[in-house]
Amino acid sequence: MLHIPKWKIVLIIATCVLGILYALPNLLSSETADELPSWIPHEQVNLGLDLQGGSYLLLEVDLQAVLKERMISLSDAVRTTLRKERIKYTGLHVEKDAVIFKLMNGQDEALRDKVYKLLFKLEPNDGEASVTSDGNGRLVLSAQALALREKAAMEQTREIVQRRIDETGTREPLIQQQGTDRILIQLPGLGDPSRIKKLLGQTAKLAFRMVDHGASVEEAQEGRLPPGSEILMEHAGDSTIPYVIRKTVVVSGEMLVDSQPGFNEGFPVVTFRFDSVGARKFGEATRQNVGRQFAIILDNKVISAPVINEPIMGGSGQISGRFTVQQASDLALLLRAGALPAPLTILEERTIGPGLGADSIEAGERATVLAIILVAIFMFIAYASFGGVANTALVFNMIILIAALSVLQATLTLPGIAGIALTLGMAVDANVLIYERIKEELRLGKKVFSAVDAGYSRAMATIIDSNITTLIGAMFLYQFGTGPIRGFAVTLALGIIISMFTSISLTRLIVVTYIKWKRPQTLSI
Amino acid sequence: MHGIQFVSPNTSIDFIGKRFITFVVSLVIILGSLGAVLFNGLNYGIDFRGGILMEVQTEGPADIASLRSKLGDLGLGDVSLQEFGTPRDVLIRVERQPGGEEVQAETVVKVKQKLGSGIDFRRVESVGPTVGAELIQNGIQAVLWAMVAMLIYVWFRFEWQFAVCGILALLHDAISIIGLYGLTRIEFNTTAIVAVLITVGYSINDTVVVYDRIRENLRKYKAMDIKELINKSINETLSRSVLTSFTTLLALGALYFFGGEVISTYSLPIIVGISVGTYSSICLAAPLLLVFNIKTIRDQAKNKAATA
Repeated sequence: MLHIPKWKIVLIIATCVLGILYALPNLLSSETADELPSWIPHEQVNLGLDLQGGSYLLLEVDLQAVLKERMISLSDAVRTTLRKERIKYTGLHVEKDAVIFKLMNGQDEALRDKVYKLLFKLEPNDGEASVTSDGNGRLVLSAQALALREKAAMEQTREIVQRRIDETGTREPLIQQQGTDRILIQLPGLGDPSRIKKLLGQTAKLAFRMVDHGASVEEAQEGRLPPGSEILMEHAGDSTIPYVIRKTVVVSGEMLVDSQPGFNEGFPVVTFRFDSVGARKFGEATRQNVGRQFAIILDNKVISAPVINEPIMGGSGQISGRFTVQQASDLALLLRAGALPAPLTILEERTIGPGLGADSIEAGERATVLAIILVAIFMFIAYASFGGVANTALVFNMIILIAALSVLQATLTLPGIAGIALTLGMAVDANVLIYERIKEELRLGKKVFSAVDAGYSRAMATIIDSNITTLIGAMFLYQFGTGPIRGFAVTLALGIIISMFTSISLTRLIVVTYIKWKRPQTLSI
Repeated sequence: MHGIQFVSPNTSIDFIGKRFITFVVSLVIILGSLGAVLFNGLNYGIDFRGGILMEVQTEGPADIASLRSKLGDLGLGDVSLQEFGTPRDVLIRVERQPGGEEVQAETVVKVKQKLGSGIDFRRVESVGPTVGAELIQNGIQAVLWAMVAMLIYVWFRFEWQFAVCGILALLHDAISIIGLYGLTRIEFNTTAIVAVLITVGYSINDTVVVYDRIRENLRKYKAMDIKELINKSINETLSRSVLTSFTTLLALGALYFFGGEVISTYSLPIIVGISVGTYSSICLAAPLLLVFNIKTIRDQAKNKAATA
């Protein structure tokens, strides 16, 4: 044990030097560290939101709504197809993943065959069509198709959330999908997430639809609603104004290419521009309906219902609802970023103000430094100059831990600081085990050389067994835990590995070098 | 110059002879803990129960009564206010609001509006019912799997008797910590799970050190009486156990006294946990081995030595 090969010595020293190099950027301010050239270490420890301050939001995407919408559009397609072919049917409805209806002339085999072919053509890849001999038609969407749809909806949601948040100019947001139907958002430095929450609280589905002049609102509310129309409300201050509106969408929000807040006659408005298809459709619709009203609808609420004075051909226009400046700019932002495929619900929200984060970090740093000093003094009292060796290891332990956290870009959280404290204890423990062993061997009458040798080799088995047990625990915690538990597991695992290195390699190198150089007859331990 | 010997090498405390006392003590701790949890209940934090937590700072010393009456007007059910660290800092807890997930978020806005300006919201947390339930499940699952994994490793490296006794000691520690939360009514949230984890992690480490010495001595002293052997092993590692625990407690003590309000509140259970973990390794994990027919262990050890 007392002979250490040259390559090992080089490796040990190199590890320590690299540790110092990679830990150093943490002494700089983050601005200065960012400016460092890329070939020298410049990463800093990533602080969790609880230390840095910021907002954490966990959102749930209503995938049920996505699937429901998919099924409704499928049932619409079935209806349109059957009508176009003048095929009579009853009881068209959606049941989970199937569109179901009954043919009026179900006994006609040729008709059944035709319907089957029509259904098949609607969803040749993802659907399974069937028409039974008693005339029950059925179009089932495959589980794969639905799963694919969910996946696409999640991807789209993530993207649109990202766009909306980017538009607000929030610094370095982190947006991730979590599990099957959740989106996790971390907004470092953001002390008040209410605007973001408001922006994410709307799906922002925009539609331009015609007002139905065929029936008055009163008639419609009494139940004489024309088929293909519905009643939607406009919220104007405290009152609501009902409108009868055609279900057919003339132009939808997807055809917008730009939207900006602006002013018209001193009032805030939102201007928009359609793409070429949208512009043509909108131009056509306004040309045919001069003198009538159309409605601008956002998330099933009427924003405004202006009268068409003349055809709007240029493909751009403006919405003048009763906006405040903030509302106009938020609506423009939502329209630019696009609609969410499904509504979002906030499951969890955590906001740490920057003040508290700074306080926590300052207190945490102070307490950790103090902890190191106290432990160092105690080790010196307990083991004299060998305590000094252990303390050197302790300091390197901290340095390499900081370096590892920086390089891996692992996130340091409050529980992580507790993990560091535990690591301190464990780092010392390895040395205590070795020194106690050396003392024991000395008491048995062994000479300095063989006592140190036996001390290190005997203690090794214990150190490895005890640390690997804890390391396994930490690994499982990481695997199965979430949030704070994971943060703790990372620092603990790193701490254990590093403390094994410093106590087994570094202190041994120091002790062996000292003994070989001075050849002492007694040890100050 | 020599270091100070805190535990004399000639120490020979009869841990094994007093094992029934320590077993009874442990039993009392476990029953007491279970009792505390059953009768006193755990003070679940919002992580687990859902609800809203706010840490606010006022410009001058906080007028808790006026804050309370303002919040009372909102009719939010159980609202608790508590001074937190300094007279300017107040911790506000609002119970989970009936209704769906989105109601929690809306309530945050209401409370913020009601308390008005001049108040710095240093921390706002709102957790819906679904996430709370998941956090509990996840936390418990993580702890259990970690324990099972450690059990398997100890079994693999030692014998099954060691694994069983080690895990019994760990359960003892985990239950004691949870009992402490029941007794003191300190808020039980995800940091509490971390405290349990630290205790368990430290305790298994400590226990393995003692076991390791027992294993070594089983090979070294083939004729020694098992009781004597275990006792000798405990005493031989006692100095290390005491020193390591003391330094770890020293580090945690620094966090407790100087780590600020948040770190401080959750250092305390860890301090107790480390103490319990040390105690259980010495007075529980090792003596418990006697309950099993340890002879087989020795025979196996002999066989292993013979084949080695």
